[in-house]
Amino acid sequence: MIRLARLLECRLNGRDRADAVADNILLLDYLREKVGLTGTKTGCDGGECGACTVLIDDRPTLSCLTLAATVQGKRVDTIESLGTDGQLSAVQRGFHEKLGSQCGYCTPGFIMASAGLLRKNPNPTDAEILEALGSNICRCTGYVKIIEAVKFAVALGRQGIAP
Amino acid sequence: MNKPAPAHNIGSYVPMIDGPEKVSGRAKYTADILGAGQLAGRIYRSPYSHGEIVNVDVSEALKVRGVVSIVTGADCDRTFGVLPVARSEHPLARDKVRYRGEPVAAVAAIDDVAAREALRRIKFTVRELPAYYTAKDALAPGAALLHEKKPGNIERDVLFELGSTAQGFAQADLVREGTYNCAEVCQNQMEMHAAVAEYDAVRDRMTVHASTQVPYYVHLMLSQILGMDMSRIRVIKPHVGGGFGCRTETLAIELIAALLARKANATVRIVTTREETFITHRGRPETDIRLKIGMRKDGRITAVECDCDQRGGAHSGYGIVTILYSGSMLYAIYDLHNVKYVGRRALTNTPPCGAFRGHGTVDVRFAFESLIDEMAAELGLDPFTVRRANLLKAPTFTDNDLMVNSYGLPECLDWVERASGWGKRKGKLGNGTGVRKGQVRKGLGMACSHYISGASKPVNWTGEPHATVKIKLDFDGSIVVLSGAADIGQGSTTILAQTVAEVLGLELSRVRVVTGDSEVVPKDNGSYSSRVTFMVGNAALDAARNLKSVLVNAAARKLEARPEDIECLGEIYRAGAQDRGATFDEVVTEALKDTGTITVTGNYSTIPESHGGKKYRGSAIGGTMGYSYSAQVVEVSVDEETGVVTVDKVWVAHDCGKALNRLTVEGQVQGSVWMGMGQAMSEEAAYHEGLMVTANMLDYRVPTIQDSPPIEVGIVESNDPHGPFGAKEAGEGSLAAFLPALTNAIADAIGIRFNDLPVTPDRVFEAVEKRRRALEKKGGGN
Repeated sequence: MIRLARLLECRLNGRDRADAVADNILLLDYLREKVGLTGTKTGCDGGECGACTVLIDDRPTLSCLTLAATVQGKRVDTIESLGTDGQLSAVQRGFHEKLGSQCGYCTPGFIMASAGLLRKNPNPTDAEILEALGSNICRCTGYVKIIEAVKFAVALGRQGIAP
Repeated sequence: MNKPAPAHNIGSYVPMIDGPEKVSGRAKYTADILGAGQLAGRIYRSPYSHGEIVNVDVSEALKVRGVVSIVTGADCDRTFGVLPVARSEHPLARDKVRYRGEPVAAVAAIDDVAAREALRRIKFTVRELPAYYTAKDALAPGAALLHEKKPGNIERDVLFELGSTAQGFAQADLVREGTYNCAEVCQNQMEMHAAVAEYDAVRDRMTVHASTQVPYYVHLMLSQILGMDMSRIRVIKPHVGGGFGCRTETLAIELIAALLARKANATVRIVTTREETFITHRGRPETDIRLKIGMRKDGRITAVECDCDQRGGAHSGYGIVTILYSGSMLYAIYDLHNVKYVGRRALTNTPPCGAFRGHGTVDVRFAFESLIDEMAAELGLDPFTVRRANLLKAPTFTDNDLMVNSYGLPECLDWVERASGWGKRKGKLGNGTGVRKGQVRKGLGMACSHYISGASKPVNWTGEPHATVKIKLDFDGSIVVLSGAADIGQGSTTILAQTVAEVLGLELSRVRVVTGDSEVVPKDNGSYSSRVTFMVGNAALDAARNLKSVLVNAAARKLEARPEDIECLGEIYRAGAQDRGATFDEVVTEALKDTGTITVTGNYSTIPESHGGKKYRGSAIGGTMGYSYSAQVVEVSVDEETGVVTVDKVWVAHDCGKALNRLTVEGQVQGSVWMGMGQAMSEEAAYHEGLMVTANMLDYRVPTIQDSPPIEVGIVESNDPHGPFGAKEAGEGSLAAFLPALTNAIADAIGIRFNDLPVTPDRVFEAVEKRRRALEKKGGGN
């Protein structure tokens, strides 16, 4: 059932906004159904696959396990926030050019998890990459080219391209 | 000034042309198609495994605020199914339910909350019948029938003997037999099933967006189920988040969405849950295999006897084809004679299985490559020697009339042997009694596999060409390729763009590809059996050549030269090296003068020799224009204290004829190997009284990035005489070899052979313990 609504104020993809949202609506559903940002994907019945990963104050978070009301006053970045200056971001380029994305469905989640890692740690070790992506499932790539994609993004980062 | 030259892309690393959409979140999948006034659809599923339907009472559900309409089996008495000979399914069950989770009713409501509430108020009454959850129980004498027309609960049995196995076994120096069990596995593609159906009552037209690999089959089945003329139906395939075979047949979901939309006179969106996606299933059946092989001292195989039982689930699906593939694809990888195959596909009260990547070939290949590895060891032969003793010589036809024109398996073997350091390392990593580091033992194993590049005869044979591609060229000078081929992430759209650009010598940026809308694109049979690169690629090649000929003729007129003297350099057409020539835009302008907008067609048809033979019923299954080949070496570490197996590294060589795009070939091969790893090591669909208890991504254990090994790919190019630029398939053939390569490596590491999949830590631990206790009893020790 729909619970009481409240005014949710947050900074979504660099823009401040305020929306009336039900107390029990998930951040994932708020983004997709209310705001219309369908880049964030639903891949499972809750917390199993990582496809819905977004950044909350730069921290990778599963939007399917987060109530929208809890991002009050916070920064939320989705896949749509990247590459908005006419260039793909470093992580986006990695996933595109190194084929870290095949069907593309898990891609937004992987990219946001990777971007979260590189914002915090621009030069991760292999183990740190694997750990940061350990809760995201991809069914196409076998992950080999996802790892290459992230390493490529690290290299681009050294040239000053944002993750 | 640079010398003008045509652009080339074939054989290079080309990122997918739809990559920018996918990495930016702009790619729209079916669930992303939102619209004002759209209704939410939900499906009520049977909580019973087997029963006669007494009543489906929706009266209370209809009273829920926001509910617009409800459909049940009473709304549609027609059946659907991918094979014209086996259409056993109703979109919503009528008379009987045959598995837990079978759709019974569906609700369209103003939102998902109302739809879910309505489901809770549906009252479903059945008279329960005995239910069978294993092939053995369903096939037992006296078992109640799932389908009246299927005596013994046998969907299809297959029997053939080509040559004489009695003679073959008599010629053998060693005869061995093994039994194997492979658990049922699911595709579990990342995008859950979804459909959006929009009914236009004024015009009586239906538009359906579906997450499918086969838009044309969906079109056919919508027409069949709705009783609507095909011209009133439009099928749109948006981006699709993987398929791996579970979307190679029309699913109930798109049909139910359409039934709801028509009844509600509205647009209905159904997005299933992950659990429902699992239960919709169409995965690889649980398979029991008994395999007997005769071998000479030199490794030459003299006879093969294979029995194969599959637990098919409650409906036909692709079942007939699956059980036939399991037999026919014993061939076309090695030079085999004296082969007997007995296959039985059972109907059971579990969700219907289907065509999972490597369709029908994987479990039998696991058994075959396991047994010959075991026999090699017994004969003191290297596993590579045994494979090399049985190679085919292309071109040839197998005993079951399969046409093999290109055969890169020898080169695949050479590549993985070299790359893995096999000769120096095999047997020196620790072999059960040898080197050990702590409690961890290492081993190497190898195996081979193969797959078709599209079934030569399509499921719905109409006499049309196997594939058709159109190209449109207009005043703007952009090349627009129109194709019905369904890109599901494998990159078929990119391959078509590359093919056309290559022929015309143009940069990829000039080419756009339009797919996935029946209103615009030519019909295509769909993305299954790895057919698209071969079949549609050849049609694209034909279309591009036809367009080139139009442009060359126009250039000849413009340059006042003979067409045969015109040289096409992509952006420049000229008559001889001294000619400054005409630009592409000028040539297009000239060409348009005659006809206005240019459209050309390209077709491809398979040759009759590739259609398989007539030696047994169903022997067309397995026929293809070209087989891919794969060889793999797997290196493992086995922890005997915990039973945990770690795959340290995989080397895989794949003969794809010609790599049109090395990047996507590598991606496909790595993905196949890895999917084989999931089946071999952790994935299993398990049931309790017919209820799938692994229908989520935690209990159905998909390997994570932390479980997954480096996979080094060697590309072998045997240049198939019929393939486009010599290409064959790359997306399926490498899956099967992983399974036996893994168990062969484990046998090398700890001396224990696993014939049942998946090889979980529990199974390894139990086997190691059992051996330890047996040794202790004998007074030995370990």
